[in-house]
Amino acid sequence: MSSSNLPSESPRNPRVAWEGCSVLLDINDGDRLVFARLSPASTLKIGNKSYSLKPLIGRPFGSLFQIESGDNGQHLACVTPSREEETEEMKEEQVVKDELRDNRALVDNNKAQSLSSEDIDAMRSQGATGDEIVEALIANSATFEKKTVFSQEKYRLKKQKKYAPRVLLRRPFTRSICEAYFKKFPARIGFLRVDALSLLLSFANVTSNSDVLVFDMVGGLITGAVAERLGGKGSVCNAYLGSNPNPMEIVRMFNFDDEICARIMRSPLTDLASSQVSNGEHEVNIKAQDEASEPVNMDEGPPPSTDQSSGLNSESIVSPLTKVLKCAKAGDKAPPEVVKSWKENGFTSLIIAAPQSDAWGLVKDLLPLVANSAPFAIYHQYLQPLATCMHKLQLEKMAISLQISEPWLREYQVLPSRTHPFMQMNAFGGYILSGTKICDVAHQ
Amino acid sequence: MLPTDDLKKISFTRSIRDGDLVIVYERHDVMKAVKVCESSTFQNRFGMFKHSDWIGKPFGSKVLSNKGGFVYLLAPTPELWTLVLSHRTQILYIADISFVIMFLEIVPGCLILESGTGSGSLTTSLARAVAPTGHVYTFDFHEQRAASAREDFEKTGLTSLVTVGVRDVQGQGFPEEFVGLADSVFLDLPQPWLAIPSAERMLKQDGVLCSFSPCIEQVQRSAETLRSKFTDIRTFEVLLRTYEVREGKTESSQVEGGGSVELPPCKKRVRSKEANDTNGDSSTVMVRPCSEARGHTGYLTFARLRCLVVYVERLLKDKPT
Repeated sequence: MSSSNLPSESPRNPRVAWEGCSVLLDINDGDRLVFARLSPASTLKIGNKSYSLKPLIGRPFGSLFQIESGDNGQHLACVTPSREEETEEMKEEQVVKDELRDNRALVDNNKAQSLSSEDIDAMRSQGATGDEIVEALIANSATFEKKTVFSQEKYRLKKQKKYAPRVLLRRPFTRSICEAYFKKFPARIGFLRVDALSLLLSFANVTSNSDVLVFDMVGGLITGAVAERLGGKGSVCNAYLGSNPNPMEIVRMFNFDDEICARIMRSPLTDLASSQVSNGEHEVNIKAQDEASEPVNMDEGPPPSTDQSSGLNSESIVSPLTKVLKCAKAGDKAPPEVVKSWKENGFTSLIIAAPQSDAWGLVKDLLPLVANSAPFAIYHQYLQPLATCMHKLQLEKMAISLQISEPWLREYQVLPSRTHPFMQMNAFGGYILSGTKICDVAHQ
Repeated sequence: MLPTDDLKKISFTRSIRDGDLVIVYERHDVMKAVKVCESSTFQNRFGMFKHSDWIGKPFGSKVLSNKGGFVYLLAPTPELWTLVLSHRTQILYIADISFVIMFLEIVPGCLILESGTGSGSLTTSLARAVAPTGHVYTFDFHEQRAASAREDFEKTGLTSLVTVGVRDVQGQGFPEEFVGLADSVFLDLPQPWLAIPSAERMLKQDGVLCSFSPCIEQVQRSAETLRSKFTDIRTFEVLLRTYEVREGKTESSQVEGGGSVELPPCKKRVRSKEANDTNGDSSTVMVRPCSEARGHTGYLTFARLRCLVVYVERLLKDKPT
């Protein structure tokens, strides 16, 4: 086993954030997720203050930031978490003590905390850090000592989120992009949950050097996910009906280089299905569509219901420079020679995610464009259109290995002596019809 | 199996050749992987099929036996392979496999470490995800099993993407040559917590680890070990519910006088299109969950290596000059 065939590093380290790259900012352990494009001028709003994102440039992904006071006022600074390890060990020892503690003496009279909000403001103006405020709150809580170690930890976490918010720098991948949209704007991605998306990519055998036909009406999430798996080899074609291409603003959330962007193409279904390739009359529409879908801001919708106390969910980011530093162009109209090659060879697989369309109506037009024995996967948030579609495919003898599946996903809390499924879960991730195209009987 | 070059890609013009691996499809639950060999035959309950009849036909063709029975010949994919491979161990299925690849953030070019190899079901999909420039190094402490896996990867044409090693990763850890080089690590071991310290050293900063365990006690112990060096520790269970579709005829209430009576649904393929069109009864496509399903496979625990200054230094040191 030699290391000679190890993949070589690309010149730009993809694990360090660079100026102009798209990043996902995870604020307070997933309470709030914000996409941003890094530039010296871009800012992030936390509470009622804006903080420059400049300190994030050049930092490795996975870095954690907190607000610190410096010479030029408050700014985001990289922190090394060290306290957690100590508390973890402390917790183990205290579990025994805990069995003697409970909440029988707890009275809900709002008098447990002796620090007033004026006191806290005064501390702030004297330059106290968020962590210091949290410690002061704990020291002035009459009930903190009586809490079990687990509820002490909960209390600390709640106060930390409010007074010392943490910003985690993340690489945007299909996984995090899908999770972020699913959390904030599930309707924009047709309620496509991350496990359903992962199944679509498997069922459709998406891999480097394949030519994948997609009908993506979920904002470009499918197109982006496929392009990520192509890695700059092969092609993904987002087909559309009529003359208006399906919007795919989500593709710009990925940090695709020019090589990958060049593999993302769009084509009207009429061009793909006809025997002749039309000229570039639709390009104007593609451009117009892209301008219209700008800018993308995960925070512009209503705040989530889970976090009212912190007041962090108001407005946010997207600085004027965001538009200037846009990523390379993806989604150009497929050139005639590429369309010709697709027609001669057929696509190697097909994915449809069109929540508003009839599945069979699309499949009967799109399936003839894929090669024989090509796998396909159709996503829908309703079951009946897929059932009808599956039935039709059987009657028409167009496909075999047909199956409708629905993924079920449950997350667990894993803690010493306290492991159980989460109290809240998402109960619905959508339906998938998968199958394999077979040769036309007349063809044999 | 993978379209590493255009000759291997399925297309309108690509036909079955001598030496190709094909999936012989009888039914959705009866399939077999067969290497096409001009002089060979394939035998099943429908009769005898000559391979020589298959050569030159496109993938996806229906082929006949000497008795008039038929099967379909499909191009192999990792999904089909998972359904036909020989089980030397309990294997991972599509729901877990897909979720693992998505959560490990595997893209072309990644270097992945896996232990154990088992029957190679996940490995095949890992190879698809890292192709064409990445590599999967997979280890199993069972020599025979590792050898069989190697033979399988030979058969499926993945040898340029997968290297199988015989190694007790729980006891010895991963080989030192991979320190700081792995984008992701996958563990499917009886005592994963023993391998976690080694996995941690292999990962690049911000790299992701996944541990698959059928029992919650294993998860509990792994999570405790992970907490010191990892962040974003999350445990999931993912399952699939499948549905069956049937065409049922609903009779109008005129004859009986009562409410409309639903006839028991009949198997979809039996009823033809003409039958629906000619008589006045309306027929509906009905769907319900299959009664049998996999109730549990395992828990998937993911964790991301905490980003510390140490790793940045390591990274800068490793940078090509």
